[in-house]
Amino acid sequence: MGLELPRRQPTPVQLQGIGPGSRVAPAPIKFVLNWGRRYSLWVFNFGLACCAIEFIATSMSRHDFIRLGVIPFAPGPRQADLMVVSGTVTDKMAPAVKRLYEQMPEPKYVISFGSCSNCGGPYWDSYCVTKGVDQIIPVDVYVPGCPPRPEALLHGILRLQEKIGHESLGDRYHWSPQHHIRTVGTETLTAPLVAPPTGKDVRVT
Amino acid sequence: MSNAASPVEGTQLTVATGSGIHAADMVLNIGPQHPATHGVLRLALTLDGERIIRADPIIGYMHRGAEKLFEARDYRQIIVLANRHDWLSAFSNELGVVLAVERMLGMDVPVRAVWARTLLAELNRVLNHLMFLGSYPIELGAITPIFYAFREREVLQSVMEEVSGGRMHYMFNRVGGIKEDLPVGWTERTREAIALVRRRVRADIDTLVRGNEIFRARTKGVGYLAPALAEAHGVSGPIARASGLDFDLRRDEPYLAYGEIPADVLRVVTRTDGDSLARFECLLDQVYVSLDIAEHCVGVLEDLPPGPVNVRLPKVVKAPEGETYAWTENPLGLNGYFLVSRGERTPWRMKLRTASFNNISVLADLLPGCLVADMVAILGSMFFVVGDIDK
Repeated sequence: MGLELPRRQPTPVQLQGIGPGSRVAPAPIKFVLNWGRRYSLWVFNFGLACCAIEFIATSMSRHDFIRLGVIPFAPGPRQADLMVVSGTVTDKMAPAVKRLYEQMPEPKYVISFGSCSNCGGPYWDSYCVTKGVDQIIPVDVYVPGCPPRPEALLHGILRLQEKIGHESLGDRYHWSPQHHIRTVGTETLTAPLVAPPTGKDVRVT
Repeated sequence: MSNAASPVEGTQLTVATGSGIHAADMVLNIGPQHPATHGVLRLALTLDGERIIRADPIIGYMHRGAEKLFEARDYRQIIVLANRHDWLSAFSNELGVVLAVERMLGMDVPVRAVWARTLLAELNRVLNHLMFLGSYPIELGAITPIFYAFREREVLQSVMEEVSGGRMHYMFNRVGGIKEDLPVGWTERTREAIALVRRRVRADIDTLVRGNEIFRARTKGVGYLAPALAEAHGVSGPIARASGLDFDLRRDEPYLAYGEIPADVLRVVTRTDGDSLARFECLLDQVYVSLDIAEHCVGVLEDLPPGPVNVRLPKVVKAPEGETYAWTENPLGLNGYFLVSRGERTPWRMKLRTASFNNISVLADLLPGCLVADMVAILGSMFFVVGDIDK
């Protein structure tokens, strides 16, 4: 092109954590906050494979998880509280899963839906499948099955809501309260989706 | 690019402003996680204004190495992986594998199993197409049809679940037949389910979508796929039949019991327009045909005398040395299974020819010249499953 184009340096993103007072908040306040969080889970469906179809079936009229306060209309990860990883996470896809998880605001929850994202499932000996999404992001609830029935997802959501109801965010985030504003570096948010192989990380199964 | 050594290498250069006569084209990256691509297909579009001048499908995000894993599984275990690569048509995928292995073994499948397989394959085809009939309107902005589509899917899934125990991955095929006989009274319930689905698809989805003028305006004449181009890329199934390629394995090279089904039941739905609307109509009309075939199979099954539904297998199934190629008319198109055996418990090589891979390869020639706004309409009408592309 022969023309040096000015390039804007991406700015680090400050992710708002929870306030420093959350650890010392009185129990009734914690209860009210948790009550609000557990029944308005805007969900971001990371639909990857077969399980995504069962996720859609769960959101439809027969099983209808909206009645549990799970709202599947989040425009993207930046507006979501809950990420449901449904399907096989491949090594090529894993950086994208991590990146979209990083974009979600705190507090955020993850349900691993289906055997593939739990542990690799039937692809446990594949050369290109990540053996469990918990290798790259923290998972709150695992739903087993291949694919799990919609009822299993409903049960997983109820378990997550119980967990949210009993938790203290001060304990959940060990970096709180001193570092309740966390800065995510640009390298995390703009990392290339696929790291070129270096020749050292080749796995032989 | 000129500043490739910058610290943020890896981000796409998306410069739309040019300087002087050197206007840079905009590269728009869509996916891999994007609501419009229903799945994890990634597209790199080069745009000139709003017009696409180059489209590169980037695949591989769902590559799970199924073909390699086949070589480490015995013939019974392969079915588990085979019905997962195209998760919307699990039963049809199982079929291709068992047909190939049965042909290698020279096995005769009991007639009851053949008709039951035909019936279940057609019900699976309806399930598959219902997913499309729900998701395609949603990509064009109509949310309602998917609720109706999934209501019908639940009706058929309960029938399939009763017979096989699975909602999606049935695992009902065995080498030499099917897992077990049909439950008592199942044919009657299937007949009712078929009648219910046929009535409701016609009343709700068909009248809601097909004649809708917004829907027609978004799809008519959009994404014309010429027959020659479709043929060159090996496009098959309803996508190819919408372009006038009148080819359907169920009629032209019958497998299972398709050869015994009368021609007025086994109709091949074709269109000649080749646009997105034609593809939609092909898939919609195919639902009615498949329901008719399924009903015919139910009638035959009810008249068949009781008998075995599978062949007793030895403890270790070993296909004799040799090779074979079995192909089936899957809901998405032609699926081929090239099986090479060296006489061991596992295949030496099992190559998959999947419909979506070819159907999506045509995008690179189809999308250039179209508007960005039409991209979603075209992409949705090609009806692919990403697992079927990447295997």
